Amino acid sequence: MASRAQPLSGLDRTGAVFAALVTLAVLGPLAAVMARADWPLALGPADLAAIRFTLVQAALSAVLSVVLAIPVARALARRDFAGRRMLVTLMGAPFLLPVIVAVLGLLAVFGRAGWINAALAGIGLGRIDVYGLQGVVLAHVFLNLPLAVRLILQGWQDIPSERVRLATALGFSGADMRRHFERPLLRAVLPGAALLIFLICTTSFAVALILGGGPRATTVELAIYQAFRFDFDLGRAAALGLVQVAICFGAGALAFGAIRGRELGTGLDRPPLPWPGDGRGARAGDALAITLAALFLLLPLVAVAIAGLPALAGMPGLVWHAALRSVVLALASAGLAVALALPIALLVARLRRPGLVEGLAFLTIAVSPLVIGTGMFVLIRPWGDPVALALPVTGLVNALVALPFLLRALVPAAVAAEAGQGRLAESLGLRGLSRLRHAILPRLRRPLGFGAGLAAAFSMGDLGVITLFSTPGQGTLPLEMYRLMGAYRTDDAQGAAVLLMALTLAVFWVFDRGGRLDAVAR
Amino acid sequence: MKHTIIAAGLSVFAGAAFAQAPVLTVYTYDSFVSDWGPGPAIEEAFEATCGCDLQFVGAGDGAALLARVRLEGERSEADVVLGLDTNLTAAARDAGLFAPHGITPEGLTLPVAWEDGEFLPFDWGYFAFVHRADLDGVPGSFEELAASDLSIVIQDPRSSTPGLGLLMWVQAAYGADAGAIWEGLSDNIVTVTPGWSEAYGLFLEGEADMVLSYTTSPAYHLIAEEDAGFAAAGFDEGHYMQVEVAGMLAGTDQPELARDFLRFMLGEAFQNVIPTTNWMYPAALPAEALPDGFETLLTPARPILLSPEEAAAVRDEALATWQAALSR
Repeated sequence: MASRAQPLSGLDRTGAVFAALVTLAVLGPLAAVMARADWPLALGPADLAAIRFTLVQAALSAVLSVVLAIPVARALARRDFAGRRMLVTLMGAPFLLPVIVAVLGLLAVFGRAGWINAALAGIGLGRIDVYGLQGVVLAHVFLNLPLAVRLILQGWQDIPSERVRLATALGFSGADMRRHFERPLLRAVLPGAALLIFLICTTSFAVALILGGGPRATTVELAIYQAFRFDFDLGRAAALGLVQVAICFGAGALAFGAIRGRELGTGLDRPPLPWPGDGRGARAGDALAITLAALFLLLPLVAVAIAGLPALAGMPGLVWHAALRSVVLALASAGLAVALALPIALLVARLRRPGLVEGLAFLTIAVSPLVIGTGMFVLIRPWGDPVALALPVTGLVNALVALPFLLRALVPAAVAAEAGQGRLAESLGLRGLSRLRHAILPRLRRPLGFGAGLAAAFSMGDLGVITLFSTPGQGTLPLEMYRLMGAYRTDDAQGAAVLLMALTLAVFWVFDRGGRLDAVAR
Repeated sequence: MKHTIIAAGLSVFAGAAFAQAPVLTVYTYDSFVSDWGPGPAIEEAFEATCGCDLQFVGAGDGAALLARVRLEGERSEADVVLGLDTNLTAAARDAGLFAPHGITPEGLTLPVAWEDGEFLPFDWGYFAFVHRADLDGVPGSFEELAASDLSIVIQDPRSSTPGLGLLMWVQAAYGADAGAIWEGLSDNIVTVTPGWSEAYGLFLEGEADMVLSYTTSPAYHLIAEEDAGFAAAGFDEGHYMQVEVAGMLAGTDQPELARDFLRFMLGEAFQNVIPTTNWMYPAALPAEALPDGFETLLTPARPILLSPEEAAAVRDEALATWQAALSR
């Protein structure tokens, strides 16, 4: 305790206040919806079926995503080649894309009229059917494999290169490496990664519906949508919202203990080479894993680009305005996410309570965006015009969605910075903001850049909150894309999709890259 | 910083000056107010005569619109809600938020009689399965469709008004046998989308032979894209109609203006905008006033429309039947 004998500083208090605000921003809307509901809250048999389907598809998606990510992460960790970094960035794209764009891209490849079926027909084979549970899982793996790869890759890169060199000197075989390094690291990383993806998949709505093939594929989120929009049954919506929170805590409890807080998004540095026990077989396997993953993740993006590029130049001016609005919104959202996350992360690092972060993080992922949006609407109405606040609320909600990823990235880095620099700073008499600026922040650049990039990307692609509050002349790019689709203008919509994809990747890349540029000492 | 404050001050001032003209707030569905929808032209035309400021607010689709008004209750800013359909009006009426319009509509060109004290129609259409004109073996009924191996994309009745329309169509045409029809259709259905846009997009991408849309959809391709390659399949059972309506809220602070707007809605300036922006039939415009190309469209021999009360009464059971038949 001696090293932090001083009482909680202003910064710490800010962190505590922000943490409370975030909890309020997530649970407050749920409470607001519950307050408007008729009691008791009741669930019907159809709701139970929806809960079952949600759990099954989310579990399958999570398990498949992490299992498939293992060979890919392993290959990326062990191989260095020209364009490796670019490939890692591009392969992250599906996670950042608005769902509807990703789905259209997937269908262009895997759909009934897609490339694969065209190829199969060309050689006289029957076609594959993407619609059904398999389609839902395929899409969720497509969307979340990048996240899984990134999380697991981090595990490999946490192995100190000195120890790898020692293993080489000791003549470790591939099997030795697996036993002594890879299995322990996977045991540490996999449960957390799987839990995160499981929770992301529990609030799936459009993917499950479009690719699920029918009412068999009803998720809890769709049931919430139905309760709000068609039945106007706020009680059922609130009950289902609570179910999501319960699923979150249940899954969290199951995976608890198996998880350790991991730093995300930092160090994709040069792999430690040579890898002990490396042979021709291992090299060929890694090449195969990287090639297959790249094809799976990039072909749908290529399909979106091919479909949309011809229309890009001729798009109505309105779309460009919407694009500008979306970029501004993304930047604001990134700023807000960083402003919220930094004090919380610093507080957690000083109190050494990573469990707090995980809880907060999982909560913001697991609560239905529709419940948050509607709840905020209910909360804001007595005070102001929700329509006028459409863009700020969209920015705020997406900052909240990005918060868990930011915290996961920031907390371990902040802990390390406190451990490494805290005492030095104290001996130099650095306090408060100057301590933060000189001792801590330089070590947080990378996770900050990564997290800000995520927040910006999420905000770019948001099509949830904005539709609740939309008004003419305020449309964001995804909303205009959707409006174009709704007005039969498919070509223009595809053009807008390409623009959206490019801008989303660009904002992420700028932040992520910005965090990696070597800090200039001030 | 100083500039922002000045700008904020100015905008407050400008807002105050602007507020001298009475404001009429109309909630509608999102695609109505988009720049490719009817909203902008209608706003301009109405503001030219009303001496007011007409403000459209978009709120998702038809069902979301109703949810929004119910969420806001009696304190809603809205004076008029435009874009509910007759499958939703019973619930809207029951919520007690709408006021009698007191207007006797004249010159309605709907294929059915219209009597409704709270809601007035502004456009309508027939649901139909749309396909490429060169499709072989176009079915002439739900039974033929179910027996064929044609693929279709439909919308979810729980999240989209066309999806709900199809549910009512099968229910009205087959009654107690609706479940059997849905079971027959289940192997034709490629997938069920959340809304019309996704379904139509999938159809255009070649994911299915036919899509649930409107008999007026081919008019878009014909008129806007000069592509005569789309058609709607005529079904022997008749075609269910979607009638889109507007009503004024009981809590409006501009009842006279709201009534003026509803009258304007049935006039030529509003009605002429509808065919080539909303791609529906205007509710009060004679056939000869429709744009060229509309005469090529399928005209069903038997229009079907459940009354709002009937639609509300059968909805839950029809939905359960649909869900059970397609969940097998």
